[in-house]
Amino acid sequence: MEDRNMITIDGNEAVAMVAHKVNEVIAIYPITPSTSMGELSDAWSALGKKNLWGTVPLVIEMQSEGGAAGAVHGALQTGSLTTTFTASQGLLLMIPNMFKIAGELTSTVFHVAARSIAAQALSIFGDHSDVMAIRSTGFSLLASGTVQEAHDMALIATASTLRARVPFVHFFEGFRISSEVNKIKALTDAEMRAMLDEKLIHAHRARGLSPDHPFIRGTAQNPDVFFQARETVNPFYEACPEIVQETMDKFAGLTGRQYHLFDYIGDPEAERVIVAIGSGAHTAAETAKYLQARGEKVGVLLVRLYRPFSVKHFVEALPASVKTIAVLDRTKEPGGTGEPLYQDVITALAEGLANGWTPFSQMPRVIGGRYGLSSKEFTPAMVKGVFDELARETPKNHFTIGINDDVSRSSLPFDAGFSIEDPQTVRAVFFGLGSDGTVGANKNSIKIIGEETDNHAQGYFVYDSKKSGAMTVSHLRFGPKPITASYLITQASFVACHQFNFLERYDVLKYAQPGAVFLLNSLYGPDEVWDHLPREVQKIIIEKKLKFYTIDGYKVAEETGMGRRINTIMQTCFFAISGVLPRDEAIAAIKTSIEKTYGKRGEAVVQRNFEAVDNTLANLYEVKVPESINSDLMRKAPVPEAAPAFVKDVLAEMIAGRGDDLPVSALPIDGTYPTGTTQWEKRNITLEIPVWVEDLCIQCGKCVFVCPHAVIRQKVYSPEALVDAPQAFQSTKARFKEFPDSLYTLAVSPEDCTGCGLCVEVCPAKDKSQVGRKAINMEPQPPIREVEKEKWEYFLTLPEVDRTKLNVNSIKNSQLLQPLFEFSGACAGCGETPYLKLLSQLYGDRAIIANATGCSSIYGGNLPTTPWAKNGEGRGPAWSNSLFEDNAEFGLGMRLTVDKQSEYAREILPLFADQVGNILVSEILEADQSTEAGISAQRERVSILKERLQNIDNPQARDLLSIADVLVRKSVWIVGGDGWAYDIGYGGLDHVLASGRDINVLVLDTQVYSNTGGQSSKATPRAAVAKFAANGKALPRKDLGMMAMSYGYVYVASIAMGASDVQTLKAFQEAEAYPGPSLIMAYSHCIAHGYDLRYGLDQQKLATQSGLWPIFRYNPALIQQGKNPLIIDSKEPSVPLSEFAYNETRFSMLMQSDEERAENLMELAQRDVSSRWTLYKQMAEMHYNGKINGGGEKANS
Amino acid sequence: MIDLTTNYLGKKLKNPLVASSSPLSEKVESVQALEEAGIAAVVLYSLFEEQIIRESLALNRFLEEGTESFAEAITYLPQYGRYSIGPDAYVEHLRKVKQAVKIPVIGSLNGFTRGGWTEYARKIEQAGADGLELNLYFLPTDTQINSAELEAGYLELVEDIRQSIQIPIAVKLSPFFSSLPNIAARLVDAGANGLVLFNRFYQPDFNLEELEVVPNLVLSNSTEMRLPLRWIALLYGRVAADFALTTGIHTAQDVLKAMMAGASVAMMASALLKYGAGHVTQVLTDLEQWMKEKEYVSVTQMKGSMSQQAIADPAALERANYIKELSSYSQPLR
Repeated sequence: MEDRNMITIDGNEAVAMVAHKVNEVIAIYPITPSTSMGELSDAWSALGKKNLWGTVPLVIEMQSEGGAAGAVHGALQTGSLTTTFTASQGLLLMIPNMFKIAGELTSTVFHVAARSIAAQALSIFGDHSDVMAIRSTGFSLLASGTVQEAHDMALIATASTLRARVPFVHFFEGFRISSEVNKIKALTDAEMRAMLDEKLIHAHRARGLSPDHPFIRGTAQNPDVFFQARETVNPFYEACPEIVQETMDKFAGLTGRQYHLFDYIGDPEAERVIVAIGSGAHTAAETAKYLQARGEKVGVLLVRLYRPFSVKHFVEALPASVKTIAVLDRTKEPGGTGEPLYQDVITALAEGLANGWTPFSQMPRVIGGRYGLSSKEFTPAMVKGVFDELARETPKNHFTIGINDDVSRSSLPFDAGFSIEDPQTVRAVFFGLGSDGTVGANKNSIKIIGEETDNHAQGYFVYDSKKSGAMTVSHLRFGPKPITASYLITQASFVACHQFNFLERYDVLKYAQPGAVFLLNSLYGPDEVWDHLPREVQKIIIEKKLKFYTIDGYKVAEETGMGRRINTIMQTCFFAISGVLPRDEAIAAIKTSIEKTYGKRGEAVVQRNFEAVDNTLANLYEVKVPESINSDLMRKAPVPEAAPAFVKDVLAEMIAGRGDDLPVSALPIDGTYPTGTTQWEKRNITLEIPVWVEDLCIQCGKCVFVCPHAVIRQKVYSPEALVDAPQAFQSTKARFKEFPDSLYTLAVSPEDCTGCGLCVEVCPAKDKSQVGRKAINMEPQPPIREVEKEKWEYFLTLPEVDRTKLNVNSIKNSQLLQPLFEFSGACAGCGETPYLKLLSQLYGDRAIIANATGCSSIYGGNLPTTPWAKNGEGRGPAWSNSLFEDNAEFGLGMRLTVDKQSEYAREILPLFADQVGNILVSEILEADQSTEAGISAQRERVSILKERLQNIDNPQARDLLSIADVLVRKSVWIVGGDGWAYDIGYGGLDHVLASGRDINVLVLDTQVYSNTGGQSSKATPRAAVAKFAANGKALPRKDLGMMAMSYGYVYVASIAMGASDVQTLKAFQEAEAYPGPSLIMAYSHCIAHGYDLRYGLDQQKLATQSGLWPIFRYNPALIQQGKNPLIIDSKEPSVPLSEFAYNETRFSMLMQSDEERAENLMELAQRDVSSRWTLYKQMAEMHYNGKINGGGEKANS
Repeated sequence: MIDLTTNYLGKKLKNPLVASSSPLSEKVESVQALEEAGIAAVVLYSLFEEQIIRESLALNRFLEEGTESFAEAITYLPQYGRYSIGPDAYVEHLRKVKQAVKIPVIGSLNGFTRGGWTEYARKIEQAGADGLELNLYFLPTDTQINSAELEAGYLELVEDIRQSIQIPIAVKLSPFFSSLPNIAARLVDAGANGLVLFNRFYQPDFNLEELEVVPNLVLSNSTEMRLPLRWIALLYGRVAADFALTTGIHTAQDVLKAMMAGASVAMMASALLKYGAGHVTQVLTDLEQWMKEKEYVSVTQMKGSMSQQAIADPAALERANYIKELSSYSQPLR
């Protein structure tokens, strides 16, 4: 290793390392992709890691980014060195405080992993939309474009803000930089200390509020002085650029790394220049250097300090020879005269020329364009496309690069084959499954290469949008020179496919350069593997003359007790084949890394990994590649032929990984997509599926009820319906009193199942002669896939149950209803989705759903395919996601539309009684829609009404026609997780519940922020470990139910389907029937709890039995009957809380790390549940004798 | 003055009542309470190597599960710098107990791998244990393993451990041997200083409602001491080891019987779990009272006094005894 301070880390860690060292207070809130900066800071503080001044920074998680900004503002105003980390919508929520902080000339740095802002859709990926939206706040904007820069600029920004008194946003692209692992030179404490002037820190403190030298700040000003006062800050902004440059110079003196406000790279006599910010600017600069070496007069001006924008520095940095300039913006400002940087450049050139600061006397021709939105690749080929455009006589302005815009014709052409990759840099691409540990192993490999050799190394990891069976692609580069390439590898010398079935679905070998190594994890040995490859794969191997290696990684893993984790095995293969280190050294380094990663988790884990490494090489074979293709297998089409055109033409391309090639015209203009598209994406992600044993089945419907992915279904049908059934199709006599003489089938969708096993665990029917065999059992999927598929497809053709004839009073009956939420991308064994599926079964055909951002919005609405579906009549849930924080209000808005349009329709309907029929009108207005039969009858009436209205030539009749559907009762649902309901959205939720409107709120309570990786929320119980509560949460969870009950007119239910499925069903029915606001809190087991989710329902039961999660219903309708509205459906706690808790890693890991604290917290947590139970019990025993009205009586309005 | 002292595993104990391996010793304070109540020595709860392995693998599995799969959630749980996985927590606990009490503290080990047995035994010795009780039990389910192979394995293990540590070793046995005297003698030859009779296993139960096999923990009662009582009476004088009688020791009478059979100590767990540490004082008071009444001067005096070699009718402890007992029991039914 060349230098002790060379470390291999990702961008977020590089930034957090500095931020944690140079601050006293850190207020945070999780948001992708900035989350890990807060997590690391919290973890370091929990470990007692100190800042430069020897004290541990105080890290606090807030309820929202708005809250974080408020806390930051307060801490700053009282003199603390304070920071925060955020991105995207989070940054937008901070804007009001940012104006204040800047207006008060307060020194602080906000570190932003820049990300897209949700528009037609949410995107978690990187661009500059968020940071460009805060331009007017008065914050300085300082950009980083590499991991090293992010580390350095974090310090430069902090040093600058203390001197300039202008607050800073230090930003770098989300994912591309925040998650890229790269080898950097770490700053030492001495370097950091040298950069921070003690006097400036003291001055910052002295400006803080103190009753010992009181003043007020934050006055209200009138028209007489506000304007002038606002202008007082100007000298600070004028001085700021020079201060930053001086700080950069000082930094260079200490570290040797020199930065400028604007860095020009390229030919000093360039005629064509690109101006850009961030990592894209580096790509442009590398390309310019490459082209310059080939004689092209090109250059790049890299913008580091974007605000305050120094016109003088900018124009002086440009070469005198420049003739044309392309300004690249990684954001979009629809309707503007151009994007922000473009506008600034135009203005700066005009002002610079006017002032005589420019090294040229004529205004260059300037064009502006957009690139890289939402982490869209920005490659040297695209840069060359822009330079080529600049060479044209009339280059296109307001262009786009990197996409095919066939609508506005904005896109520039480029040669995708153009590459500037350094031949000395080794490039490797690995395809793995999330669950097989590929990414983790590659992160270790990068660290080994970065820290054990003189090589520079870079790793970037691309993840799937599904949470189960997700594919990962790792891009690794290493070589003798620093690696700044901020784009994916397209031509690799090493391609590894850790999952054989990927070859059937993806063009894995498109990444292989001629002569590259191809490593395949395969069940087939070196002599058989060739015959099992698809034709396309064989063809490429032969044509590109690939060196082909294979290993049965699963065999080695199985033999060494590693289960399905093939990470270290495949890692060993990579080192053995690539030769980056001598084999022995590589193996020693891998083992050291294993020891480092797993050692603290126990010797057994280390030993198994060691054994796996040792057994690997004996199982690694080079395959002799035949000279000809002999396979009959073809790569599978992403969707079946029967799929609708949009699915085939658009979504299938995304599924196949070719979404980048879709033109603008292929995509909906306003973010509207068809529902029910997951049915076309058959993912085949499990090796085991449940199989039905009809003679054991008691037709209870429990397996159907709990299946998180709606892959198990039941139908009752008349024997006549069973025509042309496949031979293997199973059927038995139905045991439903409503359907005598019918047949019953339980079916499983083999290609959509995730193999979670919840169904088998819940099945109560056991074979009397062999109790281990149930009415549903897991069996290997591959051998039965085809026959099960045929059965499933036939099952789907059987008629659905007639809803009007069904009394949905039992689980078995409710599960005859068609689910309209199916095959989502949720985790295998998800505890949330069964509730959503139930909602869709009961009310899906008339439901409007507002979904808070979080897990449920991702598995519910992330492209390519989405799970909310429609029934045979074309009806189904209408679903939308607005934001994280506003979901209750968003849903209320939906209710207001239904209420208003209903009212309007009912007002004008009688006007047409003569034309459409008096009886029809009165029937519609007086319809009882409390039952399925009533709703069905109303639908029929409204259909007749619409038909009759068609013939009436009257504006109000046409109006009525446009809203007539609202006369059929709608069910408005507001869905979200505990992060939304307890924290960021609580204010809105409270207001919406208080509104008295007929809305139904479903809180999927996992007791933690699941989607962002398990951060503590106010729903997290005491003693549980979560991120931001790394030492175990010290305080009890918030009692949301009690808060809602305090209104007296809100229906509240606490449910856990594992504790009582019947109570769950009843709560949904009562909530929906209740004509006011309803709140259902649904206990949802979650992967973040740390146990085998197959036992999720058992844990739910224990949660209730221990009193952690009492189940109850508070029905205000009972108050009118003089009854106590609170019915506790669970029994008095009968098992200690610890019995529930220590089955889960979130509790047990604290026991394993700090037994004393764990025991102390568990004792307190036990008291929490006991006292809560006592309180509830007392409430449930209160006499409602007419004197208590619960607040539910409505005033005459 | 009645002399209650006895010798066990090379230590002189103030009385023959020892706390056997149980959850009671999981807390330093509980051990202190036992000492205060008069217990002569304590065997710590067992260090189960298999449990350590399972805990380690489970922790690793659930810290890894779902990680590096989804861009927004690279991990789901925070990572700690260290976990008390492995023997370290046990060893540390033993050290703390040793510091907190004056009575001898005996470690207890249930290994899983050969390396584990010896490594953990050494660690327990290094932590200051006064002796080591080997919780030796392997439940064979493989029809190909015969009893001779199994016994040879046990002996080899005891030899290995004997060579690894200096402190006295006691072997806690199960009653399920074809020839208990033979294995007992061979274990002593292999290096065991003491034999603890018998290990009381938790036998699982069937839940008929759920049709499930369920764990079932039932505390012992005095009648259960008959099996070890008989075997100690049979082995005493034949096998040169210190005997500890465990299972079913609840009263002073039980302790007396144990001593008379030939045990050096009587080990108590269920009664302590049921009645608490104060029960020790009661048993010792009763013991002394009884001895006083019957004019015994020391425990040594009664040790082995009813062993097979000491009683008038040695057959009473053998098969004849069974026939007699059965017939005398069945008579009233006629």
